[in-house]
Amino acid sequence: MIAAIHLSGDVQVWIGALLTLMVFSFLWRDNPFYKFAEHVFVGVSAAYWMVMGFWTTLWPALVLKLFPAAGRWSSPDAPVGAWDPVALIPAALGLLMLARLWPRLSWLGKWPTAFALGTTAGYSLVRYLRSDFLYQIEATIGTGLAPTAAGRWLWQESLAQLLVLAGTVSGLVYFVNTREQRGAYGRVARWGLLVLMITFGASFGSAVMGRVALLVGRFQELLGPWLGIL
Amino acid sequence: MNSWLAPGTWNIALIGAMVCAVIGVSVVRARRGAHVQVRAFPPLLALDRAVADSVAQGRPVYFVAGSQDIDNMQTVAALAVLRPLARKVAEAGGRLFVPTNRSLVMDNAREICRRAYHDAGRADLWRDDWVAYISDDHLGFVARVDGLIARERPGLCVLMGFFASESLLLAEGGHQVGAVQIAGTASAVQLPFLVASCDHVLLGEELFAAGASLEGDAARLGSLRGQDLCKLAAAACLVAGSLVATLADVTGAQPWLLLREAFLNVFRAG
Repeated sequence: MIAAIHLSGDVQVWIGALLTLMVFSFLWRDNPFYKFAEHVFVGVSAAYWMVMGFWTTLWPALVLKLFPAAGRWSSPDAPVGAWDPVALIPAALGLLMLARLWPRLSWLGKWPTAFALGTTAGYSLVRYLRSDFLYQIEATIGTGLAPTAAGRWLWQESLAQLLVLAGTVSGLVYFVNTREQRGAYGRVARWGLLVLMITFGASFGSAVMGRVALLVGRFQELLGPWLGIL
Repeated sequence: MNSWLAPGTWNIALIGAMVCAVIGVSVVRARRGAHVQVRAFPPLLALDRAVADSVAQGRPVYFVAGSQDIDNMQTVAALAVLRPLARKVAEAGGRLFVPTNRSLVMDNAREICRRAYHDAGRADLWRDDWVAYISDDHLGFVARVDGLIARERPGLCVLMGFFASESLLLAEGGHQVGAVQIAGTASAVQLPFLVASCDHVLLGEELFAAGASLEGDAARLGSLRGQDLCKLAAAACLVAGSLVATLADVTGAQPWLLLREAFLNVFRAG
């Protein structure tokens, strides 16, 4: 028995459903419907992020710190904060960024870029040193190659630990880029590549399931709120 | 008492200083002429042929520098690949399109490409709007880029930098028009998609080495050498640490237990 269709009367549901179908039409080929959805998507998302950028970054981190009284415009009951002269630094860097609009002054625009790159590099160095370097080593050597429990040798855990060690070391060897991968060294690197590929395979399967869940979500949206079948 | 170091982070400071020192010395040595050999990366070897074929067929080249801003190291690494790629495309007399989803990336990519075309003596060919800003939203960005790829039918798509869920959507777009696809990312979650859908892929760290390998810049080659020395040191520490931990477990002898504790203290992450 075919379920009865009860089309939604909600304009928002119709817009969502039609745009979904327009995007799906790309599976057939590029067509005017897809182009329409594409332009709507790009326009709406660009505008959305611009507005978000203003209200989540520029307004609280710059405007309210330099002109605290301006807070009354957006939240009349909120207490007025203190003037923060430190905000003049990002304000100046932001203005320097705009210098790129004038060819003769465009070199000034390199300073804020350099500042952003430098601070991120410094911040990331400590963060990655801790998470990708120290933590990996600590986790690998934390358990020896012969773990025991109640005086019994846990050979399965032992084998797993050995595989982790061999995989980690051979993976590191694969990523040594200033040496040709030949001979015994090359064989270790190839083992590292094999470990990486096995890991990618497992990760791929898991991520594909996530994508299928997204697709199911879109179909539920179409068949439920729009067509009223589900 | 105020302290410059947060409690329990002395080992991070020590190892950080050692890593910086090794890389610094390697850079200085390379600048003074020490030879640094970089192994061959098949994806980069394929780049010349793919650019030549694409231009010969009258099809453009597409380059996407990931989906993050200029403060992401993968974006910086991607732009380091863009520089020599733009030069190759310019020398071959081809068109290079660089859609971006961050204004700062657009600005830097445009300058890089403009200079590359100028240096190759093809400034007449270059158009500023070949490097365009699309949208900060990564799915809006992908919708547009896939549409452009379907219409322009590039012969080569180069996807370098950090990607999130858009990686497979972008790679699928290029695959649909039969483009050669060369990708590179250090995003472990997205690498499987790129490996499955692209012709050649730079895996993880290889992305950071690619720019240095293509340009042969002494400072960056030296930095690469320093990083490799640190990786080998980490591998040696892993093996030594595991052996020490195993001997401590098996024998229960005090010296091995103390040594294991010392290892764990040095490499304690937090």
